[in-house]
Amino acid sequence: MIIPSEKPNGAEISRRDILKSGAALATVTLAPGVTLMAFGGTAKAAGDDGLKPNARWGLLIDAAKCPEDCSACVSACSTEQGWENNGLDTDPQWIRKVTLREKETGRTNSLPVMCQHCEKPPCVDVCPTGASFKREDGIVLVNRHTCIGCRYCMMACPFKARSFVAEPVTGQRTSTPRGKGTVESCNLCVHKIDRGDGTTACVEACTATGNNAMMFGDLNDPESDIAKAVSTYASVELRADLGLNLGVRYQNI
Amino acid sequence: MERIVYRELRSTPKVWGFMALCAAFVGAAGIEVYYVEKYGSIVTGLNNQIVWGVPHVFAIFLIIAASGALNVSSIGSVFGKMAYKPVARLANLLAISLLMGGLAVLVLDLGRPDRLIMAMYTYNFTSIFAWNILLYSGFMGVVAVYLYTLMARGVDPRALKAASLLAFVWRLALTTGTGSIFGWLVARTAYDSAIMAPMFIAMSFSFGMAMFMLVMILTTSLTRRVYSPELRTRQARLLGVFVAAVLYFVIVHHLSNIYLAKKTAYESWILLNGGIYTWLFWGGQILIGSILPMILLFHPRIDTKKGYVLLAALLVVIGGFAQLYVIIVGGQAFPLDIFPGFEVSSSFSDGVINEYTPSLGEFFLGLGGIALALMIAGLGMKFLRIVPDNLSDDNVDPAALAD
Amino acid sequence: MNKLLTSLLVMAALLVSPSYAQGLFPDIPKALGEPHPEGNEFWRINHPALLAHDRDLTVIEGIRDIDASLKSCVACHAVTGPASDPLPVTAESPEFSCRVCHEYVAVKISCFDCHASTPEEADFALVLPSYGGTPASLRAYLERISQ
Repeated sequence: MIIPSEKPNGAEISRRDILKSGAALATVTLAPGVTLMAFGGTAKAAGDDGLKPNARWGLLIDAAKCPEDCSACVSACSTEQGWENNGLDTDPQWIRKVTLREKETGRTNSLPVMCQHCEKPPCVDVCPTGASFKREDGIVLVNRHTCIGCRYCMMACPFKARSFVAEPVTGQRTSTPRGKGTVESCNLCVHKIDRGDGTTACVEACTATGNNAMMFGDLNDPESDIAKAVSTYASVELRADLGLNLGVRYQNI
Repeated sequence: MERIVYRELRSTPKVWGFMALCAAFVGAAGIEVYYVEKYGSIVTGLNNQIVWGVPHVFAIFLIIAASGALNVSSIGSVFGKMAYKPVARLANLLAISLLMGGLAVLVLDLGRPDRLIMAMYTYNFTSIFAWNILLYSGFMGVVAVYLYTLMARGVDPRALKAASLLAFVWRLALTTGTGSIFGWLVARTAYDSAIMAPMFIAMSFSFGMAMFMLVMILTTSLTRRVYSPELRTRQARLLGVFVAAVLYFVIVHHLSNIYLAKKTAYESWILLNGGIYTWLFWGGQILIGSILPMILLFHPRIDTKKGYVLLAALLVVIGGFAQLYVIIVGGQAFPLDIFPGFEVSSSFSDGVINEYTPSLGEFFLGLGGIALALMIAGLGMKFLRIVPDNLSDDNVDPAALAD
Repeated sequence: MNKLLTSLLVMAALLVSPSYAQGLFPDIPKALGEPHPEGNEFWRINHPALLAHDRDLTVIEGIRDIDASLKSCVACHAVTGPASDPLPVTAESPEFSCRVCHEYVAVKISCFDCHASTPEEADFALVLPSYGGTPASLRAYLERISQ
């Protein structure tokens, strides 16, 4: 942690020192944001931050292995991240099970839909304060410190991934702060990834049920299971026509 | 022809009564804001499917009307139409006050308006919303400078010309930005169209002129000043043209959508079986907001029909609200087409028309914005020399009368 | 002359008035873990800037190995409730450690609108080294101080 230096005789920090360190702190605080914005978040040198260098985290979901009556992924996310959906249209839903029926043939299918962690996220483009942002490892997040709750990102998301917190929140999980008046969405269990768990709650739960419909990994790492899977088997993006290059890919829709 | 005399409003009981009425509405809006800040937006009709509701309809109407109100003075200063010059000051004041009212509603509708200042230094310049915030604030400054050039003595006519031209271009940018808030959203079938920006420009001409005329009629009747029938007739005819322009853009927008196969589902819903949205489109936007006003405004003897002008302006405003409700709320009600070719269902309202029941408080917030705009305009008229005192037909430019 | 004297007295009273608050100085609850090496005064003055700075590093750049995450602050500064309900108090209670000072200085904080104000089991691990290194030893300490 960067600490402004104390005076050698142990006296209290003077106001001048605070101002000097405050200016330094402000610059260090703003500089990453400016850099991110100016350079579009290109990969930094390894070790500059806490992220795995040149990573792109993503999911691969096989709809054929996803039973219609299973929502383990939804329950797991709900427990891990501390949100609840009781059926009200104001309740949040970070991940949802969607049931499909092909109009021309009548074939049915089911799969989970969550934030697709686009490479060119419309939500990031439209956020006036930059609260909706993309981390260098591809995870799209809402920085709730900066979110003013304008909901423009919710208008812009092609996948209806975002929810607005409509009531005061208590009893949050300590790893997932959530509060009234901000917008939230699947953050790819960023707290789990950053502490090295190597997976997300939904994928863990899906694997535990034995369905193995979901896979998590680093799309940019040619040795990872997910990279090998997407380079071998056909997979598609939702709304591929929008050209957003999503981090979540689906098979057998 | 006399020189136009501008005089402050006198504090008659009528004026005070009107301001008190506005203050009551502003107070009601304040109560609603307090309530929402304390308990969260769960107390309003908003949900995760319809995130911009009635307050945004009011806010965007006021912002568009503000840009159009400025147009009235631009017609005089930029396009040189003498008949409009006497009302230029009022038009500028109205532009500023309508914008303030609209922004107040917009800001108070945020989930965390207390963060607005803090968020100002983490600006995201790729966001058209962020650009709009700059355009709106700049607009107030530019129009204030323009108003100064109109009102101050000894101002170089070139300065006035420059200020008026800057204000005119600025307002076009602002309205284009407002339309692009919707037009640049690829996600939703109802938006995602370059035509939204020019359509909003046409709407600004129409709503701005209508709001200006309503405020002019209201002010002159409350203060017993004259609203020149010649000017009123010219504005009425022009309003008719603007309404026709809006109708043109609406027709082009919907015809183009009908032609695009992936948008036909949306069009058939909104035009035929969208329930409230279909009623508001055909009844509110087209009939009340376009056809009836045009019939009234293009009446051959409109110069004698003061009542027709008032009615037409009111209908345009009502139609404008209907149009914005259809655009803003209707556009969100139609489900996102995430899986083309599939019927979709989920626990998060996928594949179904999204429901929205606005709460009464949301209407109070919106009406409070209009009331705030009128209060600010009223205060400006009371303390500054804005409203002409002798705007009779004799004092409209005789050369223009000869046209 | 009287006017001048009166106004001088009033000004003097206003100038020294903060000292009247000595008696109202809050009873800051003792934290669980080791004291900060930099000293309480340093933290009292600098915690806003440090919190704001560190949160940007964590959220935007994913740097989490900063010396203290908010979780450990909350765990270490947890205040146990009354005997009837000895769980750590949340930010709703006026005994919450941040509120004790912040209400005294009348500076509103909104951190706990979003952040959890009570620690989870796993977070106590961050405080454990001071208490023998196991959850059991920490629980024993908490029981002792709640009596």
